Amino acid sequence: MHPIQSQLEQTRRNFLATSASGLGGVALASLLAEDGLLANEFANPLAPRKPHFEPQAKACINIFMAGAPSHLDLFDPKPELNKRDGQALPKEVLDKARFAFIKPDTVKLMGTKRVFKPHGQCGMEFSDYLPHLGTVADDLLMVRSMHTDEFNHHPGQLLMQSGVSRFGMPTVGSWINYGLGNGSNNLPGYVVLTAGRGSSGGATLWQSGFLPSTYAGVLFRSKGEPVLNLSNPKGLPPELQHAGLETLHTVNKGRFEKIKDPEIASRIASYELASRMQTAAPELIDLSKENASTLKNYGVDRKDPGGGGRGKFGNTHQDFARNCLLARRMVERGVRFINIIYASWDHHSQLDNELKYNASVVDQPIAALIRDLKQRGLLDSTMVQWSSEFGRTPLGENRGGNKNATGRDHHPFCFSMLMAGGGFKGGHIYGKTDEIGWNVVEKPVHPNDLHATMLHCFGLDHEQLTYRFQGRDFRLTDVAGNVIKDWLA
Amino acid sequence: MIHCFTKKHILSLSILLTLHIGAAEIDFARDIQPLFSENCTTCHGPDKQKAGLNLTDKKSARAELKSGKRAVVPGNPDGSELIYRVTTDDADDLMPPPDHGKRLKPAQIALIRQWITEGGRWSQHWAYLPLSQVAPPEVKTGAWIRNEIDRFVLAKLEATKLQPSPGADRNTLIKRLSYDLIGLPPTPGEVEAFVNDKSSGAYNKLIGRLLASQHFGERWGRHWLDKARYADSDGYEKDNPRMNAWRYRDWVINSINADLPFDQFTIEQLAGDLLPNATDLQKLATAFNRQTLTNTEGGTDQEQWRVAAVMDREETLGSVWLGLTVGCARCHNHKYDQFTQKEYYQLFAYFNNGDESSTNIPRSQQALADFAKTKKSHESKVKDLMAKIKKRNATLKKQLPMLEKLLCDEIANLKSDPVKFHSMELISARADVSDKVKFTEKDDGSLLVSGENPAIAEYEVNYKTGLKRITGIRIEVLPDESLAAKGPGRTPHGNFVLNEVRIYANANADFISKTPQLLKLGNATATYSQKDWPAKNAIDGKGGAGKNGTGWAIANEYGKPNSLDITLAEPLEIDTGIYLHIVLDQEYGSQHTIGRFRITGRTGQNPTDGIPESIVKLLKNNSGKRTTQETESLLAFVQTRDSEAIQLKANLKKLNSNAPKPPVMSVRVISQRKNNPRTTHILHRGEFKQPREKVFADTIATLPKISNRGEGDRLDLARWLVNGQNPIVPRVIVNQIWANLFGEGLVRSINDFGVRGDAPTHPALLDWLAGEFVRRKWSRKEMIRLITQSATYQQASIHRPELAHTDPNNHLLHRQNRFRVEAEIVRDLTLGASGQLSLKIGGASVYPPLPSGVAELSYANNFKWAVSRGEDRYRRGMYTFFKRTSPHPNLITFDCPDSNVTCVKRNISNTPIAALATLNNSVFTDAAKAMAKRLIKERNGDTERIAMGFQLCTARKPSTKEVAAFLALLKKAKLYYGENETEAKAFNGDAEASAWATLTRIFLNLDEFITRE
Repeated sequence: MHPIQSQLEQTRRNFLATSASGLGGVALASLLAEDGLLANEFANPLAPRKPHFEPQAKACINIFMAGAPSHLDLFDPKPELNKRDGQALPKEVLDKARFAFIKPDTVKLMGTKRVFKPHGQCGMEFSDYLPHLGTVADDLLMVRSMHTDEFNHHPGQLLMQSGVSRFGMPTVGSWINYGLGNGSNNLPGYVVLTAGRGSSGGATLWQSGFLPSTYAGVLFRSKGEPVLNLSNPKGLPPELQHAGLETLHTVNKGRFEKIKDPEIASRIASYELASRMQTAAPELIDLSKENASTLKNYGVDRKDPGGGGRGKFGNTHQDFARNCLLARRMVERGVRFINIIYASWDHHSQLDNELKYNASVVDQPIAALIRDLKQRGLLDSTMVQWSSEFGRTPLGENRGGNKNATGRDHHPFCFSMLMAGGGFKGGHIYGKTDEIGWNVVEKPVHPNDLHATMLHCFGLDHEQLTYRFQGRDFRLTDVAGNVIKDWLA
Repeated sequence: MIHCFTKKHILSLSILLTLHIGAAEIDFARDIQPLFSENCTTCHGPDKQKAGLNLTDKKSARAELKSGKRAVVPGNPDGSELIYRVTTDDADDLMPPPDHGKRLKPAQIALIRQWITEGGRWSQHWAYLPLSQVAPPEVKTGAWIRNEIDRFVLAKLEATKLQPSPGADRNTLIKRLSYDLIGLPPTPGEVEAFVNDKSSGAYNKLIGRLLASQHFGERWGRHWLDKARYADSDGYEKDNPRMNAWRYRDWVINSINADLPFDQFTIEQLAGDLLPNATDLQKLATAFNRQTLTNTEGGTDQEQWRVAAVMDREETLGSVWLGLTVGCARCHNHKYDQFTQKEYYQLFAYFNNGDESSTNIPRSQQALADFAKTKKSHESKVKDLMAKIKKRNATLKKQLPMLEKLLCDEIANLKSDPVKFHSMELISARADVSDKVKFTEKDDGSLLVSGENPAIAEYEVNYKTGLKRITGIRIEVLPDESLAAKGPGRTPHGNFVLNEVRIYANANADFISKTPQLLKLGNATATYSQKDWPAKNAIDGKGGAGKNGTGWAIANEYGKPNSLDITLAEPLEIDTGIYLHIVLDQEYGSQHTIGRFRITGRTGQNPTDGIPESIVKLLKNNSGKRTTQETESLLAFVQTRDSEAIQLKANLKKLNSNAPKPPVMSVRVISQRKNNPRTTHILHRGEFKQPREKVFADTIATLPKISNRGEGDRLDLARWLVNGQNPIVPRVIVNQIWANLFGEGLVRSINDFGVRGDAPTHPALLDWLAGEFVRRKWSRKEMIRLITQSATYQQASIHRPELAHTDPNNHLLHRQNRFRVEAEIVRDLTLGASGQLSLKIGGASVYPPLPSGVAELSYANNFKWAVSRGEDRYRRGMYTFFKRTSPHPNLITFDCPDSNVTCVKRNISNTPIAALATLNNSVFTDAAKAMAKRLIKERNGDTERIAMGFQLCTARKPSTKEVAAFLALLKKAKLYYGENETEAKAFNGDAEASAWATLTRIFLNLDEFITRE
């Protein structure tokens, strides 16, 4: 059993015993004081903990592009693919492949209509749909050699978020909070923001699995109250809320004095944190004190240009921009892990206009986020990621034998990712795919490697960060994963 | 390492040392095997045998290794390589290797040394051993003993010189029992009656009452549903609803209420379909294993997900019945427990031919009886009508020669008027959605559509024609170079969907001020139709977006012409010319509209327009005698034209469509595959596409042998589990029951009885209880009665700080435990205390209010949550519809399992998110408001109301100090709402109700309320 875990189990049942004199004479108030040893180390499973070694990253903003954007039309230019547009794929390659929708007998290679240009001093190439990301190229690590085991969305998304494609596993944000605790006193340590349509994985993408639900992602909502049940009932003023909590405190405290169960003290603490969150969360989402130029940079008030975004709801341009800005504000306030989920990338058809629309949703805000973090001196300690569950085929999708392909199918053999800050090298391209973007030919990266490296940046050894469940010590990286030293700044 | 060991660790280590060193003999399974599992067997186990050593195998450990040395030389620790390797200073030789980060502690090495000194004997892991036949031990303090359980517990306490805790007071006892057995708060009346019942049998009577309550089945059924990973939806991505899943939930509730013996309960769920003369309910029970997830994502390989579901069934069996994690052995031999990959697939073989299927079962017995009655009445009505039809047919038969003659005349007339198509004069063409859609008339009379390309459109085309007798129109859809994919549609791929065609006729061009005549259409045929999008759908009167709609489409005929002929039901006879207004309704979406088309008018008739070809042919043959069959055909045709016969037939159709339907519903079950039974193979690395060695159904070598009736099926397996010889099943199940009554099991790792799991705190008690379970014919109610009647159960749960060092985790059961209740019960208690709770048992899942924005998170926002009305809004938490990708937050916040895999032990967390829920969520605040009104109505006086509210939530009277605290709050609340009428109105209607709701909200948030004490 991992020391953190055994300590947590102590916490629940046993922390009286850890104090030399027992709790007897210790006043409850001091017990619950945040800076006191007991409260910090034992009463609060989210109390900050020391990593295994000196970390680079303190927070992570993972921007998850669910549905799988096309690496071939955004990040990984393939002139040879364009040359071979309309040609068949060699039979030996085709026979080994498995497709979701493509009919192998009539399928043809499909080039990209996108124009790629080098950006920054490093000359990193981006498609013309991502002009803003190009401006921060020198801060980005582009990985072109991602590959995955999963072929369908939901299992693929689970693999990227939890290291294993099965259900019931903790997600990355849960593991990091379990390892390091939360850096905020009055906000959750793991926050989820979404824009656009729901993802295949739904709430399973921020579950805590077998870890206590303390470590599950807390969904911040784009409309209404930011956290579920944050506002007092209508007609109940703050002063009565305070008076009520005081009464609750008095009665619970009386019970604690009689029963001496530390769990009652934990409950009192959780109500106090809830009360602080009631003030902190609205302050967090209130953008009125942000500069007009900041809002403009992120594109918080952009107009939706229309012309794409299937099944969207809300104003996805504004919602996504706002999420990026909120993520920065959360990092400033100590939130450990922020998962921004945007799911509209499953372009089986109408690739050109759908990709254009979705790229325009995310391009400007992400670039603004990276620049903003850098200006505030936060980028070095904040990991920002663009990730997805897989890539898309260099073949045009011909569902039902349709010859007139306008989209691409699921492609697990290679895809691209972006990273910035948090200990990663900027202006660097890692890995290589073959001339048509079918397979990785250099430096393959499995999600387990990605996670091992992420944990490393947080000062955590992925083989040591374990949790005993049903007799096995589980880890985020399952039974594999190598830290990729080449990524580290 | 992140943290140093706490004092407590060192302490427990020292207890360990005092318990074992120099004391009783070392037991391999208890003391040594866990050390090997933790530190050694990854490299020296069944999977890998570095240096040829396998420490799970006695032979290998004692044998001469590749190096010539022996790991274990019995009786000679200094000659044993194992001791050298774990103690040496030589970093090259040290085990575990320093870079593995693990290191044996001196106390652990001492244990191994002593074990080797004592002979290095191997023993079987405790969980696999037969149940020991133990008699309850003798104890000193007999007065405390209520039943045998207490002897086991007290013996251990006395050995450590501890006293048990005093019994809990009666208020706590009734609250504890009510929470544990039915999951509802005791009413003040029930509390009063029990507290005042001084008779010796009062406590046992209370247990009896609660065990007999129908809510017992709900409470303990929900424990089982955790294990069954019960949910109301498929799980993966689209996560489609399973609207009949609740029938299995009802089965569980009813079975537990009926105290279905656990052996039978097991057999029916794992193999009910295989029982001789299986009943509907026994088949339904197999739905236990239909709770597995289903993946209907596009492009899945269904065999992959079938194998995944079978694996889940096996692994669920492992966790629930065997307390073993078998999943690791999918890919490799189990590193810790003696469980091989081959054994994994042997177990898999039992499930491999259980197919997912569905069966019809009656909705209820009452519904069956009602059906019998209505069916009888319906049948008599049908009989009457049939008689009338028969009579009319007889009349027609008599008139047949005359009718035949009329038909021949009709055909003769038609021949003189063959079908022709004529161009018509275009007056105008437009699209309803936008004037930016352009229509250009080409030389051939066709219309090319350009300009704006809307998602949907109705084309409105007006023609003038001088045709005298119009019998229909022809719509040609045509290719054009200007269209994407050359058309004929305007989508990028060239398709369109013509949902409906409507034709209006008018004497002049004014279609706006005067309502034109909508013509009734006869038939539609096309030169080509896409599968599922036939021509007749264009005149079926139904539209609709996307795949929900019906219409005509032409997929794959891109760039080619096709045509749709539509006939009028009655020819349109005109003298002076007429205007036609033709509407082409195209509402599929995503630009499925026509890009180029031509409409021509049709005159003349084919005989077959009105009379089928076969009849025409038959009538031609006027040569005297017809066969009976020919006469019947003619008669049948004549009937279709006879208005009285038509009416009678329509009546019959209507009657039949209203026929009472058998009250059955389809449920998901498992049934044995009959054709082409599958063989089972070891799957390399667990991958379904990599079958290797063939294996046969068998169980695990460490457990008693199974005897299969034939090849081995689920029934063999289920019977083997509960044959009374298998020791692990009764151990695991009584431990689960114990855990539900103490918050912790006698084996703390409820889901892991393997080598790495916790050893039982009271091994003798566990075995005695397991034996009792079998002796008491697997009755769960009897086991619960036995345990709750013990003095051990009745102890107070007050913590004893003086024992913080001796027994910090209450392993010795020196008191009861306190723990927060489960998610569903938090809701039930709240609604119960407020008086809102519906006590209805069973039935379909319900939809209590859900915060907005939650359902929308599921895939493509495909899920609508229609809030239940009336009673169903206030049902117990276990009836809330469980959507796997977007479960109700009030459940998840309080650690309700996600239902994707089996859950044998729930987490209990204590988070601010949970605090916010009980403070502010509408379910809880509404309950507070209702409770306030209840107090006002049922009690007079502030202290009386406070007492009642407090008692509803805690089953005890408040102390003076507690009353004072609430009075102070009440005073503030009354003052505030007295001065703020609007706020009072908004919160709970008026000042008094709002002031009291301020209090009740706090009652409902008390730690004591949601804690089982």
